[in-house]
Amino acid sequence: MSCVQTIQDYGLRALGVGERLLPRADITLCEQFTLIGSGLIWNVYFGALALLSGFFLATGLALAKNSRYRLLRKPAEWFIFIFRGSPLFIQFFLAYETFVLLPRSGIEINLLFTEITAETRWLTRAWAGALIVLFLNTAAYSAEIFYGALRSVPKGDVEAAEAYGMTGRVKFRRVVWPTMLRLAWPAYTNEAIFLFHATTLVFFSGFPAWQQRGDALYYANYFADKTFNPFIPYPIVAGYFIALTLCIILVFGAINRRLNRHLHPAARPRLRIRPQIIR
Amino acid sequence: MFPSCADPSTLDGAAWLACYLTNGKHMAFYTSFGTVMLLLAVTAPAALLFGFGGAMAARARLWPVRVIGRTYTAMVRGVPDIIFFLFVPIALDQAFEWLRHQAKCPDWTEPIRQGNDFVVCAQAKLPLSTSPQWVHETYGFFLAVLAFAIVFGAFAANVLFGAMRAVPRAQMETAEAYGMTERQSFWRILVPQMWIYALPGLSNLWMILIKATPLLFLLGVEDIVYWARELGGAKTSIYAYPHPDWRLYYFLGLLVFYLSLTKVSEIVLGRLTVRLSHGQATLGGEALRKADA
Repeated sequence: MSCVQTIQDYGLRALGVGERLLPRADITLCEQFTLIGSGLIWNVYFGALALLSGFFLATGLALAKNSRYRLLRKPAEWFIFIFRGSPLFIQFFLAYETFVLLPRSGIEINLLFTEITAETRWLTRAWAGALIVLFLNTAAYSAEIFYGALRSVPKGDVEAAEAYGMTGRVKFRRVVWPTMLRLAWPAYTNEAIFLFHATTLVFFSGFPAWQQRGDALYYANYFADKTFNPFIPYPIVAGYFIALTLCIILVFGAINRRLNRHLHPAARPRLRIRPQIIR
Repeated sequence: MFPSCADPSTLDGAAWLACYLTNGKHMAFYTSFGTVMLLLAVTAPAALLFGFGGAMAARARLWPVRVIGRTYTAMVRGVPDIIFFLFVPIALDQAFEWLRHQAKCPDWTEPIRQGNDFVVCAQAKLPLSTSPQWVHETYGFFLAVLAFAIVFGAFAANVLFGAMRAVPRAQMETAEAYGMTERQSFWRILVPQMWIYALPGLSNLWMILIKATPLLFLLGVEDIVYWARELGGAKTSIYAYPHPDWRLYYFLGLLVFYLSLTKVSEIVLGRLTVRLSHGQATLGGEALRKADA
């Protein structure tokens, strides 16, 4: 079987398109590359969506943690502590067991005039359940980063904004928020990289891979078990992830340049990958 | 455990719960918390050692040593750590068996990789198939510790490499001016001063290490996650203590365990930072000096 044929069969296998049976005997290098690559779709899906949605919750949480009001500050602090203080692995398990316990038939919600049934079954599937966990997790980590940046917004910037007569929302949107992003961006890039790395945990932590539709590491593990040779599939996954990491750095570097476009290129803060945040 | 626990079906309420929580399997569950603490206690110094070696190699004059050190420190940046946790134990296992195979069965002619199998002679198996169960378990745990030490050693190498560069250049120049050799100035000036720069990174690493311990479950060690799943699953009436699916509560227990571990570590590390700041040429050290005066 030629490699083109293999790509046609297994290129979108992780989404359930193409050949149903995974290769069992005489596994070729091409099959490993194709299948692990198709699993990468899930890693990108989880990482990108969690990051995008988590960004907004993180901004809100950072503001809440920075708030003067106890009622806002305390819940935000607890949320951040719980998600940063416990292993993501345990969070996945906990979420899965919670979702499994929800009634199969769905929850009846009484809205005075009408009754709707909230479907809950899809929550036990990885595409939704794991995404929710990752979303909350990355929101907590990013919120801590944004909070730190918010505290280091130069006083002069805020005073200048006030001197121009800006208040409340306008001041936040035009001055505080952009400065916060600028300060937080190198650390946030790090967070993004390690969030993508964390997506490899999904299918090893409770959430079953339905019809063997798994992520890159799931397939790599499958091949390592089948061939009993770890020296081929794991380096392939590693290679894919290095490429993915480089893509993230490229995108975040472009955003970093845009955020600091008022500065001379040499004066812009550099993005440095530091292994600070894995979960 | 208690004499009244002989027939659990007659018990109810608190008495049932007391018997349930002290039965043999639960004792194994509580012991597995010890396994986690043991892993932390063994891995942390081992990783520090690996990290120190890595950082030293990355600074070496000799080109090949430097390349190895740089590669080791860089490898965790782009690749998820879970891949290493899955890869390292099985790769090491095969490497050990292969080495023993070369040493013990030199007249073996068949290839070691036969299709989808990895075959070595019976004497080279690790552990030997005749050895008792505990040897197998200990060997598995040993491989897990080694995997943790290698991965976290790479993280630690990053931190220590940065810390070594953060020590003010003037300190080293002074050492040279006093006529110290390179080795002397490294051990007497650089190493004692670098810890305060390394501490934020190392404390971060400790937190990460704590949170990585549930991954033992992936390596096939019977750790707390294994027992929480095992004990929490629904038990029918053929078991001595039938109960519905309680996994959620067990995992909540684990969550509380990890949160308290994190909290305690935070407090201890905070104190350690103050301790190490004494007499250092940093803002923290300066503040302490002024407070003492």
